Amino acid sequence: MNTRFTTIALLAGAAALAGCKTTAPEVLPPEPGPSTQTTPNNTAPAGPVLGTQEHFVNGVNGQNVIFFDTDRFNIDGEDAAALQAQAQYLMRNQAINITVEGHCDERGTRDYNLALGERRANAAKNYLVSLGVPANRIRTVSYGKERPVATGSNEQAWAQNRRAVSVVIS
Amino acid sequence: MRIWTFLIALTIAAPAAAQDLGTPVPQGGEVETVEQEGGLSGSVTDESDWEDLGIAIAGFATDRDVETPASSSGTAGLGKQMAQVVFNDLRNNGLFKPTGPDALPQPSFTQITAPNWPTWSNRSAEMLVHGYVRARPDGRLTVGCYLYDVALRDELARAGWVVPPADWRRAAHKCADLVYSRLTGEDPFFDSRIAYIAETGPKDNRTKRLAIMDSDGANHRFITTGRSTALTPRYSPDYRKLLYLSYVDGNPRIYVYDIGTGRQTLITQSENPTFAPRWSPDGNWILYSMAVSGNTDIYRVSAEGGPSMRLTNTPGIDIGGSYSPDGSKIVFESDRSGSQQIYVMDANGRNQKRLTFFGGRAATPEWSPRGDQIAFTHIAGNFRIAVMNPRGGDLRHLTDSWQDEAPTWAPNGRIVQFFRTARNSGDTSLWQVDLTGRNERKLPTPVDASDPAWGPILP
Repeated sequence: MNTRFTTIALLAGAAALAGCKTTAPEVLPPEPGPSTQTTPNNTAPAGPVLGTQEHFVNGVNGQNVIFFDTDRFNIDGEDAAALQAQAQYLMRNQAINITVEGHCDERGTRDYNLALGERRANAAKNYLVSLGVPANRIRTVSYGKERPVATGSNEQAWAQNRRAVSVVIS
Repeated sequence: MRIWTFLIALTIAAPAAAQDLGTPVPQGGEVETVEQEGGLSGSVTDESDWEDLGIAIAGFATDRDVETPASSSGTAGLGKQMAQVVFNDLRNNGLFKPTGPDALPQPSFTQITAPNWPTWSNRSAEMLVHGYVRARPDGRLTVGCYLYDVALRDELARAGWVVPPADWRRAAHKCADLVYSRLTGEDPFFDSRIAYIAETGPKDNRTKRLAIMDSDGANHRFITTGRSTALTPRYSPDYRKLLYLSYVDGNPRIYVYDIGTGRQTLITQSENPTFAPRWSPDGNWILYSMAVSGNTDIYRVSAEGGPSMRLTNTPGIDIGGSYSPDGSKIVFESDRSGSQQIYVMDANGRNQKRLTFFGGRAATPEWSPRGDQIAFTHIAGNFRIAVMNPRGGDLRHLTDSWQDEAPTWAPNGRIVQFFRTARNSGDTSLWQVDLTGRNERKLPTPVDASDPAWGPILP
């Protein structure tokens, strides 16, 4: 259903698409939950080890999070660039599987937001699959409005919370 | 399971000795509903000034002060505690202006059926509630409840129950229900329970636990530990089970939790996430919503398990669902038109039709147990609790706050409970509002609270 997005998939992953509608907030939210991050200090003082969230985030230039407009789940140009980077990483590192977490802002009812988060996670997953990542390497989970990264009640915070976060399954 | 025994309920004024209620009573039955003479005209939705009706609720008397597991201060102390429960019930619904046992003289046991009228008329009480509690040889308690009209010097209603000591508060709620029903003409609702989600911790790392309590907040109990997030509980009509969403296996899934055994089972064996569980009024069916590849639809499954039947089939989010009291229709939420709106369909999924055209979004519909109203969340800027008739007309807003959502009905369909989220802090709390929208109150909970679900009146 998102096939029309594949046409822009060939664009360079890291390049921001000038002129595209910007939905991402000015300030990037913190990296996803600490539970998914392992400290590589003991074994690899040189840098993040493959298989860690840190390695993944570095490998996609910090573009492991994409953002959505209010009540929307479509992949815009900036999202496409980020997902392209993620797809390239996943193609390079065939052993890595990810979970895409779908999130919403607090300005929605609980049940609906759970379903909307699921839609967002699936939109990101479908896009990655359209770029050649096998579907069985991507799990989805919706957290609805349960796990905000920005805790304010304002447009900027809500924009940061309407997101899909890709997390390495360790 | 309940050892409630209906004793007597007369609306005819007839002076009766206390022994009337003390004689041996049949055991093992449930409380019967009794055909009452019509209550005073008026209802919660009227503009009548019930607030001005003074009701004196004196301490319940006992024939003999003996030890009881129900209270550390014996049956005499228990009598006062019971009157306090009745007082709080009636005071908190905003309809009456009751005076509690602490501010009133304590009647003797014999005065329960023969009030000392001058005492009460001098206090300008218009209504008088008397009661008694007696310890039975078998360890249970007999509780009697009387409502008098002081000006008429007349008995308006009486009832009695036999309860295990642990259930003493239920007898007090039954007494409050008797008074409320007789004076307003409405169905009772105090003797009921509420399931909800207890919330602790900061906004970006909330712990959410399933919890249950009586309608007045007493007998509070946490069901889950909080290690995994719990959401959106629903009490089964017989109060034996809870449907709720848990992330216990890492994914949002609906479980049926058996309160007696503590065991829980998945609502459906599927890898897909499931949301928004609901019971049918008779408890035979369960509605749930399931997302398949991002597309959410509503399904129905027998409460006994077995195959599920898909009720909606449109691209987009179809979610929730609330049965009409007769079980023939389901009101639900869908964004098939582009934004969340409320739709109605037959119980088998046929004849789906949009109900809300109010502007803004309309979400979380809940059909009143009376059938005459549908409560929902109206999102137009702020989130407000609103009601409409089952044809989508007569919109009325009951609240006006930043974010109120998830209405659930009192068993008598006259009060709506919901939860309120505070801007920025994210603090949540349970609130109740009557159908006039004038009487709004916060429900006391040990910690923050959301996702309330009000069960039916207990048998």
